[in-house]
Amino acid sequence: MKPARFDYARPTTLAEALALLAQPDTAVLAGGQSLMPMMNLRVARPALLVDINRLPLAGITLAGGTLRIGALARHAEVLASPLVAQAAPLLPQALALVAHAAIRNRGTLGGSLSLADPAAELPACMLALDATFVVASAQGERRIPAGDFFHGLYSTALAPGDLLLAAELPAAKPGWRFAFQEVARRHGDFAMAGLALALGPNAARLALCGVEPGQRRQPAAEAALTAGDLPAALAALGRAEAMDSPDLPAAQRIHLAQVLLRRAVTQTEAADAAA
Amino acid sequence: MQPPDEPTAPVSCIVNGEAIRTQVPLRRSLVDWLRHDVGLTGSHVGCEHGVCGACHVRVNGQVVRGCLMLAVQADGASVETIEGARDPLTRALQDAFFRHAALQCGFCTPGMILQAAELLAENPAPTRAEVREALSGNYCRCTGYHPIVDAVMAVSATLPAE
Repeated sequence: MKPARFDYARPTTLAEALALLAQPDTAVLAGGQSLMPMMNLRVARPALLVDINRLPLAGITLAGGTLRIGALARHAEVLASPLVAQAAPLLPQALALVAHAAIRNRGTLGGSLSLADPAAELPACMLALDATFVVASAQGERRIPAGDFFHGLYSTALAPGDLLLAAELPAAKPGWRFAFQEVARRHGDFAMAGLALALGPNAARLALCGVEPGQRRQPAAEAALTAGDLPAALAALGRAEAMDSPDLPAAQRIHLAQVLLRRAVTQTEAADAAA
Repeated sequence: MQPPDEPTAPVSCIVNGEAIRTQVPLRRSLVDWLRHDVGLTGSHVGCEHGVCGACHVRVNGQVVRGCLMLAVQADGASVETIEGARDPLTRALQDAFFRHAALQCGFCTPGMILQAAELLAENPAPTRAEVREALSGNYCRCTGYHPIVDAVMAVSATLPAE
């Protein structure tokens, strides 16, 4: 099981990378933890592989109330970062559940967000954390709110030639609580269902993974949680447009999402009691 | 053998302490290159899509899937395979795996040992659940995992707590 032939380029500057990506039929190689399996299975057969690992896109910074995580930050780095723990405590909760240690050593934030796998934890976190993505192309740089970035199953606002540079997150404000909950068949497997919750004073942001084919917030459930009405929030999740497959029927995914919401709310209440 | 027109690229890296400069086929994975071209057959090729962990090697000190990295990406890196892993934790784990019969066919063992060594380097006193979690990306089809966890816990018991 070997990949089909491809050309390979390893740019060292962003301008060089964007010029390469402007060519037809390219793929960005970041951590390679999803792209290489897809190429080995020949589901992906790019003509040109643009290896961005030599670009300076890995930094994690916190300034002016904004946490910026570079697209090349590895999951293991984000998981261990004190800045992330302080400004976005939802992320380490979720990243501990992302795949296995060897994959977290290599997989990147930008890769996971650009792929937009419906079972992936990070897109749900970015929606719950109200992130903005910094995207570059040969035409220039632009910012895309997370809510406009994800377009459904493996689909994003990224056009051919675009490269995700970073995610910018508003640093957690006092009074906000964060919970990530997930059910998987084995630790590190793709989530059967996952739930990211940010609960603030008179506000809530909630997104699922592994349940719906696309990544979006759940406004009805958020409104109910803001009003302190958990049964209404559970009922709202009952109306999720869940994926359906023989091994995991839609009704079971919805049931799991509701179980996870109860757990997440209990987790935030326990955090309040401890505070 | 590779076709005469197979595209290649130069690679310069360190493998188990030895500097190597060579041409590699672009689409050769790091683990295939180590096995077929460098002759280090200790890392194994199981699933070739990042699920089984038999191909684990260290790149710049971190354990990675050798099947999900291209050999050409090792340019400038220091690569270590089970053959070159001489650190005390790895040696202790090799002894413990033997003593606890933590292998039968041995196919998964190099990957298991490198991953367990990384765990114990970060967390010298894991619980059994933490050991299972750390090794969740390494498949063993022989042992049922129990003796593997025993072996890792036995090494942990000899380590000073943090």
